[in-house]
Amino acid sequence: MSEQGYFGEFGGSFIPEILVATFEELIAAYEEARADPAFWKTYVDLMGNYSCRPTPLTEAVNLTRHFGGARIFIKREDLNHTGAHKANNVMGQGLLIQRMGKKRVIAETGAGQHGVATATMAAKFGLECTIYMGEVDVARQRPNVFWMERMGATVVPVTEGSRTLKDAINEAFRDWVTRMDDTHYALGTACGPHPFPEMVSWFQSLIGEEARRQVLEQAGCLPSRVYACVGGGSNAMGIFGGFFEDDVELVGVEAGGAGLDSKAHASRLASSDATLGVAQGYKTYFLQNPDGQMNETHSVAAGLDYVGVSPILAHLSQTGRVRFEAATDEEVVDALSLTMQKEGLIPALESSHAFVQAFKEAPLMSPDEVIVINQSGRGDKDIFTIADAFGDPEWEAFIQKKAKEYDAR
Amino acid sequence: MLADYIRKRREDRDILLMTHIVAGYPSFDDSLRIVEQMVEGGVDLMELQVPFSEPIADGPVILHANQRSLEAGSTVDRCFEFAEAVSQRFDIPFVLMTYYNILFKFGVQEFADRMAAAGLRGAIVPDLPPEEAGDYLEAMGRNELDPIFIFSPNTTDTRMSLISSRAGGFVYCVARKGVTGAETSFSADFEAYLSRCSAATELPLALGFGVKDAADVDFLRGQVDIAVIGTETLRVVDERGVEAVRGFIEELR
Ligand SMILES: Cc1ncc(COP(=O)(O)O)c(C=O)c1O
Repeated sequence: MSEQGYFGEFGGSFIPEILVATFEELIAAYEEARADPAFWKTYVDLMGNYSCRPTPLTEAVNLTRHFGGARIFIKREDLNHTGAHKANNVMGQGLLIQRMGKKRVIAETGAGQHGVATATMAAKFGLECTIYMGEVDVARQRPNVFWMERMGATVVPVTEGSRTLKDAINEAFRDWVTRMDDTHYALGTACGPHPFPEMVSWFQSLIGEEARRQVLEQAGCLPSRVYACVGGGSNAMGIFGGFFEDDVELVGVEAGGAGLDSKAHASRLASSDATLGVAQGYKTYFLQNPDGQMNETHSVAAGLDYVGVSPILAHLSQTGRVRFEAATDEEVVDALSLTMQKEGLIPALESSHAFVQAFKEAPLMSPDEVIVINQSGRGDKDIFTIADAFGDPEWEAFIQKKAKEYDAR
Repeated sequence: MLADYIRKRREDRDILLMTHIVAGYPSFDDSLRIVEQMVEGGVDLMELQVPFSEPIADGPVILHANQRSLEAGSTVDRCFEFAEAVSQRFDIPFVLMTYYNILFKFGVQEFADRMAAAGLRGAIVPDLPPEEAGDYLEAMGRNELDPIFIFSPNTTDTRMSLISSRAGGFVYCVARKGVTGAETSFSADFEAYLSRCSAATELPLALGFGVKDAADVDFLRGQVDIAVIGTETLRVVDERGVEAVRGFIEELR
């Protein structure tokens, strides 16, 4: 393990002794796969055949006209099978699971997108599957729970702690230490102990690779700025990965919740509320109290509602390579609404955070400039939350009627 | 240092008992009464856990105790006051158990200084592998505190030697895979594992994870120096109340 997995002072591997051998095995399998061009080809082919890759880069003509500034392009990760970029990482880890010969996969999920993607992969590859999900998220992302269970996964609601993503991660680790011989833990974001941050970013790098090629083809130039929302950081690492070597400004947008001065947010890098810490197996900025106990976080988007952040992004924030901003719940709902009306696209609440910041900046930029927004996922899964946010009376009446029908049975 | 205490004590006891409590669970007053019951019941050393909000190596019972203690307002400072009070009052060694973030946020050096000032003798930090433990080892060494590390059944012989070279006090051998609090079945593999453990280190061995009754303790006699009773005492407190602890400990030997 030694000095592996550090990005500046961030990252590392802080794991119980019982998992050390399992991580060594995983690191070996990952390094072997990474050194094998045939593995990457198999992965790209699989994603092409099973998950609509390459996903399109859509020019948002109406939004561009509306703001009257930079040309806006949208990378369509929502068109992946299961509706989010999460599928990329999951299928990649699925191929690794096959190499390691494991029979069972477990995962944590916040929004449920990673859980659904994992359940899909497990069904396709014939693996037993258990998904850990905070009780709060089970309640707000019911449709995803339904799909996971239909695909044969067991969904375990986590009732301890803040009952959100971080608690689901803890439970997945607890499961893993019990059954590491036959089980792989497919962590869903670019966080956790080495090799997860690096490995997940590698699988997601497909997004940036495609986006760079597509924007050059379609716009004839590189973008001035690229925007991505940041929960754990995997979709951001994915799209940013295509532009690290270029003169392109990279902007990560975190959950501003009820506002950065409200404490009810999940901005680790855009706010000054987070401090350096070690939890969930890695070192990064955490939203925690002075004793080192993790705080409750808040976001309208379950997938961004997390106390820590990718150690790679923490490092890129420190070096200034990536700029971090925050979008509030209210701004997010407005940006989502505008995008639906102008373009007929339905970004997930998570993805809508990136749209908020792009919409703030686009009008101030010149029409010669190009920006790319990563639409990490689609918003259909959020129908209950979005309908509530819009206060849609007809939807409410529909749900009440449906409930009465169930009651009458 | 702890190793000497353990060896000396082993001259007239064929196995030592170490118990575990979560400081501030159910309350600090109760914690004090539980320690009192344990010492009267004859435990030889004790582990005081400073609660953490993300205890990934602990099972549901200890996890729950961590959360309740924090909800009741436990702070690191309050845990140190408690540790100081019990080390002064009772004539057995106390070691601290917690997760690395608690030390890291406090300042690793300051934390070790504070442990020494409170009269604690060592620490167990389950999410701190020896590879990441440079600052910690230095701070512990400077305060003559024992850094207690962990062996597990899948730790290789080479790695056991590495761990042993950094460890002090005793080595905590995890009996099986899993988190704290589940059943352990002691199998033939288990004996092979224990002999690998003793071959890898000169330090005394403690065995934990799943030890719950006199039969388990009996089985460990002659095989390890210390039997660790963790989750089971919390269960006794939860199910039978604080006053039942002494009797439970007495029956173990
Ligand atoms: C659609 C979507 N976007 C973004 C995220 C945030 O994760 P990450 O920061 O790893 O991309 C999630 C997480 O669930 C998600 O479902």
